[in-house]
Amino acid sequence: MSLFQLLNGLTFAALLFVVASGFTLIFGLLRIVNLAHGALYLFGGYVGFTIATKLGSFTLGIMGAMAAVAVMGFALNEGLLRFVRGFELRQVLLSLGVAFVLNDMSLVIWGGDSFTVPIPEELMGGFRVFGTFYPKYRLFVLLMGVLIFIGLWVLINKTRLGALIRAGVDDAEMVEAAGINIQRVFLMTFLLGSALAGMGGVMGGAFLSLYPSADSEILVFSLAIVIIGGRGSLIGVGVGSLMVGLLNTLGQVMFPELAYFVIFGPMAAILAFRPMGLFGKAV
Amino acid sequence: MSGLSRSKSPMGALVGVAILAVGAILPFFLSRYQIGLATQIMIFGMLAMSIDILVGFTGRTSLGHGAIFGASTYVVLYCVTQAGLSPYLGVVLGIATATALAAIFALLAVRTNGVYFLLLTLALGMIVWGICLRWTQVTGGENGLRGDIRPKALADYKDFYWFILALAALVTFGIRRFVQSPFGLTLRGIRDSDSRMRSLGYNVPLHLFIGFTMSGFFAGVAGAFYAFFNNFVSPSTVALTQSVESLLMAIIGGVGTLYGSFIGASALIALQNLVSSHTERWQSVLGITFTLIMIFAPEGIVGKFRALRAKYASKH
Amino acid sequence: MDRRQFLQTTAAGLAAAGTGLQPLRALAQGEPIRVGLMAPLTGVIASGGKEMVEGTQFWFEKINYQIAGRKVELIIEDDASNPDTALQKARRLVEQNNVHFLTGNLLANTGLAVANYVKGTGTPYFIPIIAADELTQRGRIPNVIRTAGYSGSAFPRPLADWALKQGYKRIATISQDYTFGHEQCGGFSQVFTEGGGTIVQQFWHPLNTADFSPYLGQIADLKIDAIFVMETGADATRFTQQFNSFGLKGKIPLLGAMNMTDQSVIRTMGPEVEGIISAAHFAEGSDSPATKEFVEAYTKKYEKIPSLYGFSMYSGMMWVSRAIEKLGGKVEDKAALIDAVLKTELTDSPLGKPVKLDAYGNPIYDVYIRKVTKRPDGKFWNVPVETYPAVSQFWKYDPEAFMKEPAFSRTYQGAKKS
Repeated sequence: MSLFQLLNGLTFAALLFVVASGFTLIFGLLRIVNLAHGALYLFGGYVGFTIATKLGSFTLGIMGAMAAVAVMGFALNEGLLRFVRGFELRQVLLSLGVAFVLNDMSLVIWGGDSFTVPIPEELMGGFRVFGTFYPKYRLFVLLMGVLIFIGLWVLINKTRLGALIRAGVDDAEMVEAAGINIQRVFLMTFLLGSALAGMGGVMGGAFLSLYPSADSEILVFSLAIVIIGGRGSLIGVGVGSLMVGLLNTLGQVMFPELAYFVIFGPMAAILAFRPMGLFGKAV
Repeated sequence: MSGLSRSKSPMGALVGVAILAVGAILPFFLSRYQIGLATQIMIFGMLAMSIDILVGFTGRTSLGHGAIFGASTYVVLYCVTQAGLSPYLGVVLGIATATALAAIFALLAVRTNGVYFLLLTLALGMIVWGICLRWTQVTGGENGLRGDIRPKALADYKDFYWFILALAALVTFGIRRFVQSPFGLTLRGIRDSDSRMRSLGYNVPLHLFIGFTMSGFFAGVAGAFYAFFNNFVSPSTVALTQSVESLLMAIIGGVGTLYGSFIGASALIALQNLVSSHTERWQSVLGITFTLIMIFAPEGIVGKFRALRAKYASKH
Repeated sequence: MDRRQFLQTTAAGLAAAGTGLQPLRALAQGEPIRVGLMAPLTGVIASGGKEMVEGTQFWFEKINYQIAGRKVELIIEDDASNPDTALQKARRLVEQNNVHFLTGNLLANTGLAVANYVKGTGTPYFIPIIAADELTQRGRIPNVIRTAGYSGSAFPRPLADWALKQGYKRIATISQDYTFGHEQCGGFSQVFTEGGGTIVQQFWHPLNTADFSPYLGQIADLKIDAIFVMETGADATRFTQQFNSFGLKGKIPLLGAMNMTDQSVIRTMGPEVEGIISAAHFAEGSDSPATKEFVEAYTKKYEKIPSLYGFSMYSGMMWVSRAIEKLGGKVEDKAALIDAVLKTELTDSPLGKPVKLDAYGNPIYDVYIRKVTKRPDGKFWNVPVETYPAVSQFWKYDPEAFMKEPAFSRTYQGAKKS
């Protein structure tokens, strides 16, 4: 595999990581498979696109998207999911219903055309990386992926909130019994996870574009990554993103016929034989 | 306990016969299009019921049954349009394929439950979809397979309706016998508590495997005759949306109630028909329905009805 | 009326409806011409569907929803970019709404599903957008007609000829991996190789490929004179952008299928689309008076430059309307309607030149080689740079001989071995 293809796989993996990390936070701690995560990605992307085009700032676009999607996450968690707390399957199916509505509403608001989030001047064009011409923006995405990984690692391992999250992933009841307001931790995690989806939407929207079925596509990747990597594990989602990103790129080049199988095959195998994933806690 | 005695009562059988009688005379009052809708309701009702075997009676929620259903449809269409076989032989092969596919899914899924079972069946369903989409030589790829494959004996839309009505009655009877048999009771025990059944010495994985495969068999029956209904199949027939909608039918009607599947299918198809003639926002309506059902009536229409009746009965 | 009479009347009514005959009262004054339009208003290709509806409404509004003194009732249904839904809606339109003819649909698989259905009912089905070759070639259905439509392999052929004239000898193709893509690349490859050119490599990717970088890497390494790109919708947007961001624009000339540079794609894009060459019957930047008038009026009403979808439905419905005028408004006789449409030559469409159908229900067009150019107001559109007159779906081949050859697929691309 050439450097070029390697970079392709890595940069794609970086974007997937941003989105999937949000997904695994919610799945890991709240044990909710939030099937609306993809719709939040797309909605965030559209919001970021609108802000970035109207105000001429990519950064404001990202911030606006994260805020908007965090609000949606708040509404989803407090307004709907709380009615089905404790019923895992109902939560999943409810989130699926929300995904349908969100996707349709996005179609109503922004229409079906494809949109690309405008990137700032400084990120346009490309570098020569060891003789290969490579777009600056994609390298930026890779950098962001790494920074967010570091940021999340620090959050999870070095802060009080992170400690509470880790404890909650292991045993939420115990944390509550220790007198901590676990609902607040849940909420913060949900907001963070959703915001990451929104950020992913803007970042992805700049080089993969935004269109009506982007949400189910990114959701499918996120599902596969989180299953393969393991519930609630940051290392897991990092490794999972690398695997899925590289497999997807390699698969397109070498086995175009098996495009879907390359992602779902490993996912199904893991679910059947090692449901906790590569790095997850025991189910 | 009450569930057991009630379902063996003559009331249930009488209701069933009454519904059948009404169904038989409907074609004299409905338009051609409405009869077509009724036929569709019965086909999808059978699919929803097959899912109910797992959801309602075994406690496993599957998002892969659309793929099993559609695989059967593909096989029937392939047999008749590409392999030149008779439609009846096609149906047999279709049902066999669906059953085999369900067995494969089951082998992989028996050791999981809850959300993981859901995701695994989802992933397996997507693999089937991917195959149907990319194996163009056999499945026609994007374009799918099409032809005029309905046997001449069933060509008239009223005849086809009556045939499907009889089939649905047969399938309902078959599934009912299955879930009320000792085997079915074991499945319900597994639904209530995996670990207890294991400690009582039951071979839980084997029961799950058989239950899943049986449910796949019935999904295959529905899928095979869907081929006759549509004379067409494409990857959208095996897509995730198919699994989601038929699961929703089972849930709306009421999991674990069997008849509920037909009520759920009627409700969903009628709603879709009504909504789509006034607006394009069917998807939003579907999503909202799903959400509201999960919050307010996860036991479905028939389930709610039975709960209210029990409450009424206990007060008197 | 007692029960028996009621049942008999109902049965008789149902029988009549079932065999497609209209009860006598329908022919009386006041019964409108019912048109069933199906378009993807939701789903992946929703933007195209919306424009199809706009184009159709634009035409009918122009004629005040009246043909030959009879009112027109337009019934619109969403096919959700999904063949199962399309079938359901087709059934509803034919069996419940009793439409006199069906039209629309965008994705080939939805069109094929509906075509299979109308084969049985005999309902006229006019398809300005569905481009599956076979519907007017090997799998011809008599009541399916491409009014103002085109078949997939038709336009890339003159483009290939033009490419040869530019001196291009080695070309690679990249395309979405489905029938429409196979047909477009097949048409191109056929003519290009017959003229002595070489198709160096063909890339096929699944629909909705988000990331083209794996392919762009390989393309950059090939020694080619140009690349033929067949993409639609979001794939077209992404490809063009990523092609540009990887520095390939300007290095490798880009020849596109008409859908690549359609307004529905380029109107939300920037300078990366400038200069792309494509071939089509319609060029919104043409200075033919009829085209200019149409484009200006459409832009004024819908605040966007018309795309293929808007133009095709407009012209397609114009075609059918002209035929209905000749029949004095009588659409009940399906065979007569189909016959009238086949014989009608469309003279006043936005193309600005007369068009007629060949013996297989497909139009014969003058094809423009178009270039994406920037307008003074900063928007981009397709301007003709050359014209190929009277191009049929069979190019210069004999139809019968052509249809004996296999249909275009991934493995058969019509390439002549040199």
